Amino acid sequence: MTWIPDQVVDRLRETLASPDLSGTRYRAIRLLGRGGMASVWLAEDTVLDRQVALKVLEFEDAEGNLATRLLQEARIMASLEHPGIVPVHDAGTLADGRVFCCMKYVQGETLERQVAGLESASEGLRLMLRVVEPLAFAHSRGVLHRDLTPTNIMIGAFGEVLVMDWGLAKEIYRDGKVSTEASLGSSGDSVRSRAATTGIVGTPGFMSPEQVRGETASVRSDIFSLGAVLAFTLAKCAPEGKRYRLRQLKAICEKAMAADPAARYDSVEALAADVANYLEQRTVTAYRENILERTARLINRHSTAIVLVLAYLLMRGLFILLAKR
Amino acid sequence: MQQAADKFPVTRHSVIAALQGEDPARRSHALEAITAAYWKPIYKHLRLRWELGVDDAQDLTQEFFLRLIEKDILAGYDAGKGRLRTYLRTCADRLFLNQSRDARRIKRGGEAALLNLDFETAERELTQASSSEADGVEQRFEREWLRSLFALAIERVQQQYRVARKLVPLALFERYDLAEHEGSRPTYSEMAEEFQVSVSDVTNYLAAARRDFRQCVLDQLRDMTATEEEFRAEARVLFGGLAIRRGLIPGARK
Repeated sequence: MTWIPDQVVDRLRETLASPDLSGTRYRAIRLLGRGGMASVWLAEDTVLDRQVALKVLEFEDAEGNLATRLLQEARIMASLEHPGIVPVHDAGTLADGRVFCCMKYVQGETLERQVAGLESASEGLRLMLRVVEPLAFAHSRGVLHRDLTPTNIMIGAFGEVLVMDWGLAKEIYRDGKVSTEASLGSSGDSVRSRAATTGIVGTPGFMSPEQVRGETASVRSDIFSLGAVLAFTLAKCAPEGKRYRLRQLKAICEKAMAADPAARYDSVEALAADVANYLEQRTVTAYRENILERTARLINRHSTAIVLVLAYLLMRGLFILLAKR
Repeated sequence: MQQAADKFPVTRHSVIAALQGEDPARRSHALEAITAAYWKPIYKHLRLRWELGVDDAQDLTQEFFLRLIEKDILAGYDAGKGRLRTYLRTCADRLFLNQSRDARRIKRGGEAALLNLDFETAERELTQASSSEADGVEQRFEREWLRSLFALAIERVQQQYRVARKLVPLALFERYDLAEHEGSRPTYSEMAEEFQVSVSDVTNYLAAARRDFRQCVLDQLRDMTATEEEFRAEARVLFGGLAIRRGLIPGARK
């Protein structure tokens, strides 16, 4: 058997890992990241002279399910034209048989890294409102993300918020209508958390209980994940406001992450509305406030007007008093 | 560009499936394949992990693979519980510990069957390998397993190319990709001149040889693993390990 020195082992390993881009318009620049089944490379599109991100399947499974899934991901992303969803330029098979998908190269940081720099919970909440937009759009097109995590949310160099990694996404259109449920573990599903045979899809800590059990997923499963991302973000931000305000936020997260899907918000827009209501100091549907809390909130919300009225009354009182003298 | 479906191989039966089958010819072939793939990693593991002397390590390696054949050690392997290479390493450790405890070493010799294993080369390789004490047992074994995997894949490529009379692409691959030192690698132009082909031919031949090498590695890996899940897990180690080790993936743990 041929002796292979360590440096040759390393070189061969690198050769194996690099995509064979011969015969394509792309030239690999460097590895951006590596997931369970695919790697993402920064590449140059030599025809259009621009940088792109190439997602390349590392190896094929015997049945070709992984390749089917990557192509399905590319098709789903291509069908979702939204500023918050990374555009797909191309997809196909490389000379070495690996399936690839070419996407816009987004420079920025994941939410997971970005949260450390957030100054307040309000900033985190406003960020979450922007995450909702592409997700709501996908749901309106009958697509579930099924793997929303802080690492799959990218904050671009210009502050744009993008929902990434639609590798576990599922189309739930059936017979021209949007079905409320999508079967998990069906043919073509891939797995991120456990063995392929379990049919469980998602990332532990962010996937809904029904996904953990391998049951059917719905829009409410994405709402659970969104709630988990919201809770993750808030946990990293400094708390602000009075105690009852924190209770409101907690209630929003708890409602989004309710174990029973029926007890969650019925749409991501409803969750967003509650977050927006919180930011504007309006009533949130997830929290039933008592009279004192309601009064405090109203005072806080209308503090400027109340101060002006009080100042006016004080001035008027002083004026009357002076006039009587 | 080709359709993905055209490129995917049909499901292959691993050596484990062959070993568990009834066909003696297939069993024999499978045992040969297992021995070829794992004897060096096991021998080197015994030398380094247990600091065995050359003779003892050779005896124990012979003993281990003969037991593998005679006593059907692999019958106890459950793919659901772990990787084949980890199982084999653990079995080798257990064999060493049992024999040490019993102090009844069975010296193979005389009429006992011996496998034809090139221990001299393995011993020479041990002195050449750069793995150090700082590397853990698992890392050193993985390194040797990888070396064995690549060596067998290279043999496959060499065999295929010689049969197909693709001698120039093979020579280019050996001269460039298998060159021991970076400094000793010729440039594409130098190779083009030497083999009297164009530089673009060199590029294309090398790309094709790398594709074939990649395919041979994956084929060999399928042979060396028991299930599709194990194959995927090992492929992830194969493709992901280097990037993580070299810090190419930010935040990835070593």
